Amino acid sequence: MPINSEPFSSDTARPLALARPPLDWRPIALVVAIAVIGLPLVHSPSTWLTLTVAGLAMGMIIFTAASGLTLIFGLMDVLNFGHGVFISLGAFVGFTVFGALSHFSQSPRLDLNLTAIAVAVLVATFAAALVGLIFERIIIRPVYGEHLKQILITTGGLIIGEELIKAIWGPEQHSFQIPPALSGAFIWGDAAIEKYRILAVVIGLLIYAALWLALTRTKIGLLVRAGVEDRDMVASLGYRIDRLFIGVFVVGSALAGAGGVLWGLYQEVITPGLGARLNVLIFIVIIIGGLGSVGGSFVGAVLVGLVANYAGFLAPKVALFSNILLMLLILMWRPRGLYPVAKR
Amino acid sequence: MTNPERSGASLNLRGVHTHIGPYHILHGVDLDVAPSQVTLLLGRNGAGKTTTLRTIMGLWRASAGEVVFDDTDLSHLQTSDIARKKIGYVPETMGIFSDLTVAENMTLGARSAARTNAIDPARLDWIFSLFPMLKTFWLHPAGLLSGGQKQMLAVARALIEPARLLIIDEPSKGLAPAMVEKMIEAFLRVKETRCTLLLVEQNFHFARQLGDHVAVMDNGRIVHRGDMSTLIEDAELQQRLLGLSLDAHQ
Repeated sequence: MPINSEPFSSDTARPLALARPPLDWRPIALVVAIAVIGLPLVHSPSTWLTLTVAGLAMGMIIFTAASGLTLIFGLMDVLNFGHGVFISLGAFVGFTVFGALSHFSQSPRLDLNLTAIAVAVLVATFAAALVGLIFERIIIRPVYGEHLKQILITTGGLIIGEELIKAIWGPEQHSFQIPPALSGAFIWGDAAIEKYRILAVVIGLLIYAALWLALTRTKIGLLVRAGVEDRDMVASLGYRIDRLFIGVFVVGSALAGAGGVLWGLYQEVITPGLGARLNVLIFIVIIIGGLGSVGGSFVGAVLVGLVANYAGFLAPKVALFSNILLMLLILMWRPRGLYPVAKR
Repeated sequence: MTNPERSGASLNLRGVHTHIGPYHILHGVDLDVAPSQVTLLLGRNGAGKTTTLRTIMGLWRASAGEVVFDDTDLSHLQTSDIARKKIGYVPETMGIFSDLTVAENMTLGARSAARTNAIDPARLDWIFSLFPMLKTFWLHPAGLLSGGQKQMLAVARALIEPARLLIIDEPSKGLAPAMVEKMIEAFLRVKETRCTLLLVEQNFHFARQLGDHVAVMDNGRIVHRGDMSTLIEDAELQQRLLGLSLDAHQ
């Protein structure tokens, strides 16, 4: 049952007006425009298709990792520079699960490969959630409301986390191979579309759909959306905002863990610093999207993925700062991001 | 129409001090809010009225003193636990969730309802009888409502869960005269339910029609306590306490 359906008793007339404001299509049109502009610049339609699918896959994975952070910032006003440690942890836990399930992960059968990925994502999600819970209790809780301390202590948490990962899995990089049935590409005309990237897009869309449903169709989702706007008011209505904080932080960490597995397989190589490097793109995404906005993060992640891939092909030297430039231009257009949350 | 409140409860502040950062805002506030009566908290801007309300709700912590509601000291409780004592609160900013619909705002007000359909229909009908426009704009985003409509939504949201004490910071602020009259009518009906009301108000036309008792603040202290009727009749007292006369604000 939708959370905002009409509760009128039999003797009460239905409301007269049911209008909602139209969806702001301009940010979505921008995504389409960038993809369309990319086509003549790339020249080859097959290369463009390959880059576009790669960009979408990259965007979906970044969104998976970023969606939790934008809620953490939006609801808790916490600048968590340690978010990357959950991504790295997820990647390494997924890598370990893959090793333990080698009969599944190295089988030529698609169903076994998908099972290995599903188990890896689930275990990584659970591990990141557990570590997220400890991280919130020990590191975040003492510095609520103090941004400078949050930056310092969460950066410290990131460094300690990376060192712990090195202590457990070693400092060297590990090869994190895509399972056989998902490696390689579909050939469509001259275009080669990697199978794993299709899977990444599907998983990213499923996570977005699940988050959207949770945020719009449940009371907890309603509380999170309200808390992003005004924490004090949510507490004044009698809700334990501190419990909501913990829940959102744990879910955000869990999603980062899931993103870590997907990103590790996307890169096919994992290092303890993988999460810290992805953190930069994640912060760009949540700033572009509008702090606290899950939908904004989704659109922002797709933009970042597409721009990174087009720029990497067209001008590798500017690819490094292409997303910084994108963020700059978007903030000049919309200083509070693509889909700003009211009151923030 | 249903009359949903049970008797209101008393609220007593004893020697309440509040610091906000380095600033000492409340300097020993003593305030008694009588049960099932309407108490108006008046005073010039910066006198400490909003800070008093936020301190009662635990949004700012009292650094000393007691806030006793129905024999329970609230000063060490979390805001959510204070609200769960059946205390409704509407801040000066109204606290409307602009990105949510009117229905979603009301669903949040109704703590016991897991979803909109689970809100007590009799209670909702009573709310609609107070503020009919809520039904009209039920599925509208609250951010698109006018200032007066937002204020009505804020009060309705505080009332949807049965309250024993309702604390409202400037309910008539920024409202057009016609909207003020509607708000007065609504509060008179809420008053009939014997819910205790503590209102901060700058509009004396509003205050005199509702108030049973009045407390006047200045520089973080209560400087006058008494019946509203006494203040209404004493122009000199009005001038001395508030710097103006009520007659000038009709």
